[in-house]
Amino acid sequence: MVPAEPIVDIRGLRKRFGSNEVLRGIDLAVAPGEVVAIIGRSGSGKSTLLRCINGLESPDAGTLAIEGRPMRLDDPRAMRDLRQRVGMIFQSFNLFPHLDVGHNIMLAPGLVKGRRGAQGEARARQLLARVGLDDKFEAMPAQLSGGQQQRVAIARALAMEPQVLLCDEITSALDPELVAEVLAVVEMLASEGMTLLMVTHEMRFARKVADRVVFMHEGAIHETGPASELFTRPQTTELRQFLAALD
Amino acid sequence: MVSLDFAAVLEQWPLLVQGIGATIWLVALAATLGGFLGIACAWARTWGPKPLAWLAAGYVESIRNTPFIVQLFVIFFGLPSAGVRLSPEWASALAMVINLGAYAGEIVRAGVEATPRGQVEAGLSLALTPGQVFRRVVVPPALARVWPAMVSQIVIVMLGSAVCGQISARELSYFANLIQSRNFRAFEAYLVATAGYLVLAIALRRLLLWVGPRFLFGTVWRG
Repeated sequence: MVPAEPIVDIRGLRKRFGSNEVLRGIDLAVAPGEVVAIIGRSGSGKSTLLRCINGLESPDAGTLAIEGRPMRLDDPRAMRDLRQRVGMIFQSFNLFPHLDVGHNIMLAPGLVKGRRGAQGEARARQLLARVGLDDKFEAMPAQLSGGQQQRVAIARALAMEPQVLLCDEITSALDPELVAEVLAVVEMLASEGMTLLMVTHEMRFARKVADRVVFMHEGAIHETGPASELFTRPQTTELRQFLAALD
Repeated sequence: MVSLDFAAVLEQWPLLVQGIGATIWLVALAATLGGFLGIACAWARTWGPKPLAWLAAGYVESIRNTPFIVQLFVIFFGLPSAGVRLSPEWASALAMVINLGAYAGEIVRAGVEATPRGQVEAGLSLALTPGQVFRRVVVPPALARVWPAMVSQIVIVMLGSAVCGQISARELSYFANLIQSRNFRAFEAYLVATAGYLVLAIALRRLLLWVGPRFLFGTVWRG
């Protein structure tokens, strides 16, 4: 399943907060273009795993490589380089409240890639069109619905041209009727070949879009496999209980 | 019954205008440089390395717990023994900058500490440097949050500049004093000065409340 050169390569990853060991040795290799859904109870370590991949959390042990390049947490320049290749979208959108939509998207490319002025603006408008918000360039975040804010956040992450996109429960803070518009954008990205790692509670979506589902339990990968198999024939009691509790 | 003779004071209007001008110059300098100093202090205490944080804390506490006039005297009368001789006006400006910087540091710090963690993480995940995150993501909304308190502090410092006349800095209260010593119309002279400060304070407050959201931490922070 996984080809020789994974785009994300995690080995023996461990992380503890105080006495609480949140990740107990995670091994995960993700192929370019693969869509991986990470499911599990809250507290199972799935968000922490995602946050380790772009260095928002620093692992206590194990290795992590993106496109074959090992992560170097003690090297700020290397971390910024890594974060250009690994974008992240958050549950709470985290748009910058003082900037309009256009400047939310253009800020990082302007500062990091030196892409300013007309070029940066054209790119931002293009990305907004992709997420279906071409008319919101001048809107302020507070004027947008949650679903629109999250789509702007996706456009903002895409503006850095990442190879991998991490989605941390990106629909969990949304009203039910707004979930679909965000998932539609994610599905579009998946179909275009973006490598996606998403922590999600949207099982139907995971089943439809994910190439592989990873079930985490107590800080470890408890069960993993293609969505079709994992949901229909769970092998472990924990996964069976987890899936049963959702219905 | 007191008989008031405002004409005797107002005929000295060139002095009053000069005094008002000097007071405006002092507060403009103090607000600009003190504001930056405050932001730097807030950075040091929240994001800075430990030694800088302690240094900033020491500065803030020593300024906030001593009288402004004593700070002014230390700079004007004390510094010359260290070989630094400043004119009364520059000594006043420096004292005001240092004084406002400390208070502004505390005010901005409150705004910085109220920043949701997700804002910082969003900035970092977009490959910004910590410095860029602080300047472009953290500071503008932090300033917006604390702007009313900041404006009040700037007005307090402007009113406090009245004591700079004590080291003969030629600001508004200095000229009020000068006028009453010439014509013995103390009541009128100080009433006129009072009116001057009142108008200055109200105008300054309005100006800052208008300027802040439009130009300092406005909706669009271009770059």
